[in-house]
Amino acid sequence: MTEQLQQGENKKLIWRLVGIIGGMFLFAFALVPLYNVFCDITGINGKTRGQALYESVEVDSKRIVTVEFLTNINRGMPWEFKSMVKSIDVHPGELNEVRFYAKNRSKFDIVGQSIPSVSPGEAALYLNKTECFCFDQQRLAAGEEVEMPMKFYLDADIPEDITRLTLSYQLFNVTESVTTASVTNQ
Amino acid sequence: MAIRRKLIAGITSLLSLMLSGVVQAATELNMRPGVTETSIEAYNLHMLVVWVMVAISVVVFGAMIYSFIFHRKSKNPTPATFSHSTQVEMVWTLIPILILIYLTIPAVKLLIKMEDASDPEMSIQVTGSQWKWHYKYMEEDISFYSNLTTPEAQYDETNGQGKEKGVNYLLEVDNRLIIPADTKVRFLVTAEDVIHSWWVPDLAVKKDAIPGFINETWTNVPKVGVYRGQCTELCGKNHGFMPVVVEVVSKEDFKKWVSAKADEKVAAAKAAAEAAAQSWDMEKLMALGETTYKVSCAGCHQASGLGIPPAFPALKGSPIATGPVDGHMNIVVNGKSGTGMAAYGPQLTDAELAAVITYERNAWGNNTGDKVQPADIQAFKAGNK
Amino acid sequence: MSDHHPTGITRWLYTTNHKDIGSMYLWFSFIMFLVGGAMAMVIRAELYQPGLQFVQPEFFNQMTTMHGLIMVFGAVMPSMVGLANWLIPMMIGAPDMALPRMNNWSFWILPFAFTLLLSSFAMEGGAPNFGWTFYAPLSTTFGPPSTDFFILGVHMMGISSIMGAINVIVTVFNMRAPGMTMMKMPLFVWTWLITAFLLIMVMPVLAGTVTMMLTDRHFGTSFFDAAGGGDPVMFQHIFWFFGHPEVYIMILPAFGVVSEIIPAFSRKKLFGYSSMVYATASIALLSFIVWAHHMFAVGMPVAGELFFMIATMLIAVPTGVKVFNWVATMWQGSLTFETPMLFSIAFVILFTIGGFSGVMLAMAPVDFQYHDTYFVVAHFHYVLFPGAIFGTTAAVYYWLPKWTGRMYNETSGKIHFWLSMIFVNLTFFPMHFSGLAGMPRRIPDYNMMFADFNMWASIGAFGLGLTQVYFLISIIIAIKSGKKAQEKQWEGATGLEWDALPSPAPYHTFSTPPKVD
Repeated sequence: MTEQLQQGENKKLIWRLVGIIGGMFLFAFALVPLYNVFCDITGINGKTRGQALYESVEVDSKRIVTVEFLTNINRGMPWEFKSMVKSIDVHPGELNEVRFYAKNRSKFDIVGQSIPSVSPGEAALYLNKTECFCFDQQRLAAGEEVEMPMKFYLDADIPEDITRLTLSYQLFNVTESVTTASVTNQ
Repeated sequence: MAIRRKLIAGITSLLSLMLSGVVQAATELNMRPGVTETSIEAYNLHMLVVWVMVAISVVVFGAMIYSFIFHRKSKNPTPATFSHSTQVEMVWTLIPILILIYLTIPAVKLLIKMEDASDPEMSIQVTGSQWKWHYKYMEEDISFYSNLTTPEAQYDETNGQGKEKGVNYLLEVDNRLIIPADTKVRFLVTAEDVIHSWWVPDLAVKKDAIPGFINETWTNVPKVGVYRGQCTELCGKNHGFMPVVVEVVSKEDFKKWVSAKADEKVAAAKAAAEAAAQSWDMEKLMALGETTYKVSCAGCHQASGLGIPPAFPALKGSPIATGPVDGHMNIVVNGKSGTGMAAYGPQLTDAELAAVITYERNAWGNNTGDKVQPADIQAFKAGNK
Repeated sequence: MSDHHPTGITRWLYTTNHKDIGSMYLWFSFIMFLVGGAMAMVIRAELYQPGLQFVQPEFFNQMTTMHGLIMVFGAVMPSMVGLANWLIPMMIGAPDMALPRMNNWSFWILPFAFTLLLSSFAMEGGAPNFGWTFYAPLSTTFGPPSTDFFILGVHMMGISSIMGAINVIVTVFNMRAPGMTMMKMPLFVWTWLITAFLLIMVMPVLAGTVTMMLTDRHFGTSFFDAAGGGDPVMFQHIFWFFGHPEVYIMILPAFGVVSEIIPAFSRKKLFGYSSMVYATASIALLSFIVWAHHMFAVGMPVAGELFFMIATMLIAVPTGVKVFNWVATMWQGSLTFETPMLFSIAFVILFTIGGFSGVMLAMAPVDFQYHDTYFVVAHFHYVLFPGAIFGTTAAVYYWLPKWTGRMYNETSGKIHFWLSMIFVNLTFFPMHFSGLAGMPRRIPDYNMMFADFNMWASIGAFGLGLTQVYFLISIIIAIKSGKKAQEKQWEGATGLEWDALPSPAPYHTFSTPPKVD
């Protein structure tokens, strides 16, 4: 093969390989939404979805599912945070409300973000929240306390073998990231 | 003939002796079967795989050793010329597949069983943080931290101290997790900062503790006893120093423990109130402060107060320890997000908190002269100050 | 063929010659091997007895992290690239690699990348201390300042590997001598070709991972931070999507080396050449769908655990086929046991043992008892040390005569082999037991029940380390004053490098392509 033809062949192959490399680099980033979509569809990492609408569905009054509520507090978050009920028994399809209590015990204004997590993971798919303090960040002034409602319903077609699910909220202190964001936005 | 028989007898007994020695050693070298149904099944599956692997190695390594002896150039100067056989290749592709299927079936069954945390009789929230575990019983109103109690003097030999080690060295805690026997206990595992992992080998329970997420696992222990494990996910400096100790007691003893805990809580609240009512003098504060510091703070901030910057800042000359008392109380009581500084508010008594803050403000030449009283801590926690 | 070559320091800085670049890679990887080995000595010294005798826990975490990073990215991977550079052109009858100048850059990035990485010890907060697997949020939120330099270093190493892989693929596809069809290529070339494809597929994913780490740390993103809606477990998925093929990247070239050496010393052709090619390709393909077997304890749903368990056990099948083919190559051959053959045989036996512990780890319900314990450490050190490293060592002994024109001393070689064999097993076999007894990974101190195993492992490690220094000295002596080598040094050797080139191979070879029948 002549030198020129050789270089021509090489160039073609090199560009194809560079294409694969670029594609795989983008794929790494694409894995992020792919992962989220996969978890959204299957619910398997226990993350709940965004705000849902309550459509009046047939309530399965024969079935009872126990929904438990857990709270925990991340490092450096000086709030008191607890669920007002430990658990409730619900019928799939029925809209329920529970309340959570939070108090900022510190001397500073603090912004909190609650992150929900469901166990078993698969049950997250069937949990629909129509109103939740976890959809937004919560700002509490120093010493302020608040009761936050959370409204949810379980899909009527939640599998038979799920008789109990645990919804846990971990509360994070996001004051710093909020103030940085607002500073950069000015 | 007689000699031959004697020789065979001799070799047989020698082999049996060796085999029993191997079996004996193997028991000490092997994984423990543990005490739960799942741990024993896991052990059995482990042994099944081990024996299958031993059998395969006897065949494969046996063939190799045979070649080394009988196919060496001096024994076999003319090598064979075959270099492929589709038949043979198919055989040694199919047989491993069959062996793997044979191993997979019990594995699938056991996995489904181990991951079935449904219908528990009680639930306990397990929270990992740097570098301790927190347990909260969901039905009873009991929660506590579980810290390593092996003293630094026992493990830190870099200064020439600490050689004598107890039998539960690095596997002992102040507050064990107490659970009743013959009860399906569900654990809800999470973490407060980085990823940790909760593991008790004798129960065959291991689950990662992920900040912001909740994982569930379970156990049902038929046998009363104390079972020890460790954190099994690198979580920073003291990853090797946050053991798990589970004490399984009879159902009756568990009920007794629950009510004793309730009494304890009342007594502790009374003691805290009494301590808060008192006014402590500097000497008393510094004394309690120094011991509290040694136990809870010196690991990171060092006895000298110099810390290990930047992860663990110096307290000597620190702007927080010599600045406004409020800021100092805030960081000790509430911790600091995104760092290794935990919230000690829930972990120490008001008296200990007041004493340790006083100590930090006056030791190592900080000399602010400030005294923090238990009542100050109480007020700070309530948000009234 | 021409032997004229430049001299002086600039020869090495500017060289585009695959032989020079191969030598630089091999020397660099050996230096890194000693640096990483020194860190292992610190680890084993501390773990010799219960109690903290020499280092504090935070420094210990830096040692375990850097030992892993240096060995994986500085010792094993560059050593394989060094072999590729030296051997691929000679084996396919090409005058050099397809892209000689890029080849030079690929190498020279590495000293800079590792200087950056090693300089982190001098930074405030010390070197990276979160394990070579750098899980978030320990590495993102809680990582020391040097973490950002770690990220930069990883990017540099990644670019070096990617460029090297492009070079290998283009060379193998486009520069084979006439008559050298793909199915006539030596198996070493095949395994490196497949490795190169793995590299271009997954190194970019590693680059993406560390970039996401960087933006989480400094640019306000929350890929791995639950507070911002991210997920630390997603880090593990993305990392191991790279991480699992990475371990096959580290072993496939060694498979190729052993597939050249065993036939030579059995005086018999490799058994089942085409199966070997297909098995290697199957291993590479399967390596993309097993990553979560590193994550069984993370809280994955059962369906996921089952899938990854079964896919992982499947990989044992093509791997087994390769082992059986090596044994069948020796069967009824005419074996002699020079040093390269000794290392290759040890590879087959000990890598297989590592494979056995791998099958055990694949079984998810039992993996809960092995995960993150010393059982895992035993497994991967068996496949990496008597696996990848013995493979490279065998290659050095086998091809040294071709590269340098001088022979190593056979007695020294055998001493190196037997000492390595004894010490590698003394170091890593007890780790199976300490893991089964319940000893977690990455801890600087431990309860007395693990003491005996640790003592033996440490004794073995010191011996193993000293043995490698012995190896260094004996190789230097061989290169300087070893006996003159023959063109075909090994009676059973086949291949263009042995049949068509003198020893040492001239600076420029195959300027005119050879005829291959």
